[in-house]
Amino acid sequence: MLKDIEHPLQKYIRPGTNYTTCPGCGNGILAQSTLRAIKNLELDFDNIVFVSGIGCAGWIPSPSFNTDVLHVTHGRAIAYATGVKLTNPKLKVVVFSGDGDLSAIGGNHFIHAARRNIDLTVICVNNRIYGMTSGQAAPTTPKNSKTTTTPYGNMENTFDLSDLAKSAGATFVARWTTYHARQLTKSIAKAIDKKGFSFIEAISQCPVHYGKVIGMRNDAPSMMKEFKSKSIHINKIDSLSNESSDDKIIVGELVNENEKAELTDLMQSLRTEVGTDG
Amino acid sequence: MKNNKTDFIQGNIACVEGAIVAGCKFFAGYPITPASEIAEHMSERMFQVNGTFIQTEDELSSIAAVVGSSWAGAKAMTATSGPGISLMQENIGLAIATETPLVIVDVQRGGPSTGSPSISLQGDTIQVKYGSQGEYQVISIAPSSPQEMFDYTIWAFNIAEKFRTPVFVMADVMVGHMREQVEYPEDYNELEIFDRKILDDPDSTEGRFLSTEVAPMPIFGNGFKANVTGSTHDEFGWRNVSDPKVMDNFIKKLTNKILNNKSEIIRTEKEYMEDAEVVLLSYGSVSRAALETVHTAREKEIKVGSYRLVTVWPFPEKEISKMSENVEKIIVLENNLGQIYPYVRSAVDGKAEVELLSPSVLGEFFEPNYILNKIKEAK
Repeated sequence: MLKDIEHPLQKYIRPGTNYTTCPGCGNGILAQSTLRAIKNLELDFDNIVFVSGIGCAGWIPSPSFNTDVLHVTHGRAIAYATGVKLTNPKLKVVVFSGDGDLSAIGGNHFIHAARRNIDLTVICVNNRIYGMTSGQAAPTTPKNSKTTTTPYGNMENTFDLSDLAKSAGATFVARWTTYHARQLTKSIAKAIDKKGFSFIEAISQCPVHYGKVIGMRNDAPSMMKEFKSKSIHINKIDSLSNESSDDKIIVGELVNENEKAELTDLMQSLRTEVGTDG
Repeated sequence: MKNNKTDFIQGNIACVEGAIVAGCKFFAGYPITPASEIAEHMSERMFQVNGTFIQTEDELSSIAAVVGSSWAGAKAMTATSGPGISLMQENIGLAIATETPLVIVDVQRGGPSTGSPSISLQGDTIQVKYGSQGEYQVISIAPSSPQEMFDYTIWAFNIAEKFRTPVFVMADVMVGHMREQVEYPEDYNELEIFDRKILDDPDSTEGRFLSTEVAPMPIFGNGFKANVTGSTHDEFGWRNVSDPKVMDNFIKKLTNKILNNKSEIIRTEKEYMEDAEVVLLSYGSVSRAALETVHTAREKEIKVGSYRLVTVWPFPEKEISKMSENVEKIIVLENNLGQIYPYVRSAVDGKAEVELLSPSVLGEFFEPNYILNKIKEAK
């Protein structure tokens, strides 16, 4: 019977939760990619803590993921996650954040966590808009876009979040779009497995509030097709002229470093060295 | 633990040693005068006691990391001054809403704004009570000496753990930077150290939040599948932001958890109150001047008593109301322009005369003679 068949990821979902998003939202793809990555790694779900802040991305783990979830204030998820990880380094700590949450109100925590190279996995769902509050401009909104707070067009420059993570010291950085669900799954698994600050930038569609900005209102398939056509793998970037790369989304694993010391390891060594009275 | 029996140390250093005795294993902080010595000493001491120190990028991050640490099972603390408290307020609200035990030390300085970093002021009495949005209750303790910075930091951890809530230690420049002899406990094993109640079974049907009896905490990493949110929630952490009844329960359980247990939390200290006609009501560093004034007054056979609030919040209105029945006049001494004064007037409700006395120059220590002259004027 069909009703007897359980979704292979059902065991990760907190009983009693309903996954609610707008039609066509990319959150479901991100939730599945993350849970598949965890399944593939054969990790004990009880050993993973998810921390998220305010905005649509915050609802990917909370309350639906059936493990410890901490849903906090706007922009501060990484700061809370830092306290969790430093106190119990055995736990895998994964942060979900939107582009506004991570790079506007929470930008400071993002760059400093990368600088410290603390073992966190930060997954940013970058839909280039404030979706939860219905369509205001974000630091990631393309120039000249007309949003509810840029009715004459966005005058500001945009953040490249992966570049920011790389410059600040992240040891693993990957960017994909929701079109690249399989690649995302692999990179998220690598990010969780890797000791150090790992950053996943997932370009995602918000058909309701960003779709209308680019003339694709409520049209998730067109937005995802555009992700496909605009994406170019980092390994192929050299074949592009500067002009034609402006409009492209560079995807792939952008940073994968193995040499840098990780913060919780350094602290444990220090405890061993200076510890006196337990 | 300290093996020597006494030390001649700053209040801020005594605070750190008290925290370690209480079992503090996590400190996150950001440099700020006049609290920086706490972070500096913690940066040395935490790793010695198998703990963690981190200097964060700002105070928002300090308090956030402390909340995260507490959910991962550690006794955790931060220390700052008024500007840092201002920055922390939103996340302090989350700590209250999620019932997170932790200690916040506020070494108060002159304000508003950048103010005067090394001039003492009791400027944050109200901001710690009402600084974050919404309706809630806090616990705050006001030490008046380095010895009390040691003793009351231990006590602050104990009541934070017991009631699963943030507790403020409200020092100021005078107490934080003052050096005095501090006596350490004779026997550390005889100290009362309270540890939070943790949920014992992942399958337990017992609530995890919102009990006036204090619900057991589902610490991370134990398979409790804790569902922790700053949004309005029920006893199991389930968010519900549409039903006013759920919000009513959420707010009332959180506040009543403190208010129903006032008798266990509130501490006052009374000197020469038996036959006092005039009462000096004070808290924190100001209590030292109040006590000195009472001693001088008694030598001159003026019937003055000292009534000190050791805990300022929750406010002891019943105790003050009862006390006021037997006295003629209450002089509220505060190193500010009267932050608890309205609360005292409300508690006394006309049963005695209530007057506010600030120092002649805000931020200067109360001169006992200045207070004594005011008492004589009153007589």
